[in-house]
Amino acid sequence: MKHYCYFPGCSAEATAIGLGLSAQAIAKPLDIELIELEDWTCCGSTPYGSLDKLESILVAARNLALAEKTGLDMVTPCPSCFVTFYQANLYLKEHPQLMAQVNEALAVANLVYNGNVHVRDLMEVLFNDVTPEVIASRVQRGLNGLKVAPYYGCQMVRPDYGFDDPEFPQSLDRMVESLGAEAVPFPLKNHCCGGALVISEQSLAVDLMRKLLDNAVENGAECIVAPCPLCQMNLDAYQSIVSVYSKFKTDYNLPILFVTQLIGLALGIDPKSLGLNTNIVSPGRLLDHISKAGAKRGT
Amino acid sequence: MADMTSFIDEVAATPGGEHIRSCIQCGICSGACPAANEMEYPPRKIIAMIRAGMRDEVLSSSSMWHCLSCYMCTVRCPRGVKPTDIAHTLEYLAYQQGFKVKGTTTPVMYQNFVNSIKGNGRVHEVGIMLRYYLTTNPLAALKVLPVGLSLFFHKRLPLLPKGVKGREDLAKIIQKFKEIEARS
Repeated sequence: MKHYCYFPGCSAEATAIGLGLSAQAIAKPLDIELIELEDWTCCGSTPYGSLDKLESILVAARNLALAEKTGLDMVTPCPSCFVTFYQANLYLKEHPQLMAQVNEALAVANLVYNGNVHVRDLMEVLFNDVTPEVIASRVQRGLNGLKVAPYYGCQMVRPDYGFDDPEFPQSLDRMVESLGAEAVPFPLKNHCCGGALVISEQSLAVDLMRKLLDNAVENGAECIVAPCPLCQMNLDAYQSIVSVYSKFKTDYNLPILFVTQLIGLALGIDPKSLGLNTNIVSPGRLLDHISKAGAKRGT
Repeated sequence: MADMTSFIDEVAATPGGEHIRSCIQCGICSGACPAANEMEYPPRKIIAMIRAGMRDEVLSSSSMWHCLSCYMCTVRCPRGVKPTDIAHTLEYLAYQQGFKVKGTTTPVMYQNFVNSIKGNGRVHEVGIMLRYYLTTNPLAALKVLPVGLSLFFHKRLPLLPKGVKGREDLAKIIQKFKEIEARS
């Protein structure tokens, strides 16, 4: 059993509750323990850095200082939290004066950060520490060739962390296939969904989402899996709005799952423990497909 | 400081802006950008404008507020310039220096986002959305109401923020940091 300091991120408690539930649900069967960082606060995320770049690094550093005390690698399931912490670590290393100021401020809460936390994306941990081979060996209910479009989005692979290729990523494809599903070709798999700008620049985001959904459907996908809270929410909750602009002139009705939810299904975990009841486009068809596989094997 | 330093020095001094002088104006950043069509000045052009010292034109434009932080320009730049980080720097400089931006409500959304973190310690989405639509366009809220309702009925939008213990510590740390920044 390998232990990690776990930073869920704000979304995993609310709009991405399905991510929070499924990440914890699959940990034990995969022999990892995600120990939630006590008393964590928001990582700061992109908006904070856009309004106050230096202060946003401080906000990230509070969590890094708390995590450093645990002596464990800090894992987050949210690519946005990951990129925020990754960048904060980088900036603090490159700007020693800023590091000194941050520590002077942290001292009022009896905290200190030495820059030693190894921040990791949950997908990278599943791929490198757990490995697709071990995931495959734990599968209880193979996914029966379900056609899945693996959607990496942006911040899981960019900027370049050295984990997966920023232009032609493969890690999710391999994890999906380790579950007995088929990863369909998905040329737009690392293109942007519009992110938080779905609120302030809706038409821009809707156009990006339309391209993604059209691209997944024309490659035969029966569902999309995404690691990112914002990608999943956009493609799931805004799908009915985007459908109006589809080149197929039809409702996509395409379930959007978190990668961790799909892994959980293959591990035989019940859908409710994976938060599948919180998915807006019903994953019902997909569950039927998988249970048919189970029935076939049973007979 | 702004009066004493050139605009490009100011950008180069911020985290992520260090490599702006390496730009060779090849335009790969603009070609890679999914939001370039929405921008008054796409990334290549805005870097040229920074180098030409066009501070007011750059900081009052809405261009950088359309950045989606997808980092495609950053991984494709052959010179390691990090245009994504530069977009964040420009947003930050424009906001801190009180530039009024026309043609986008992204700064208002970000402001509500940051206020939510400062007030609750963590992001509270309902609060952000409500305040954003009330301050920009309450009628637009009607159009996205079905989205909000479906999230709510699927248990994804808690109405009340979660009380976080670290909230007070965070406020103290931020307060102290502001004093340090004012001093230096």
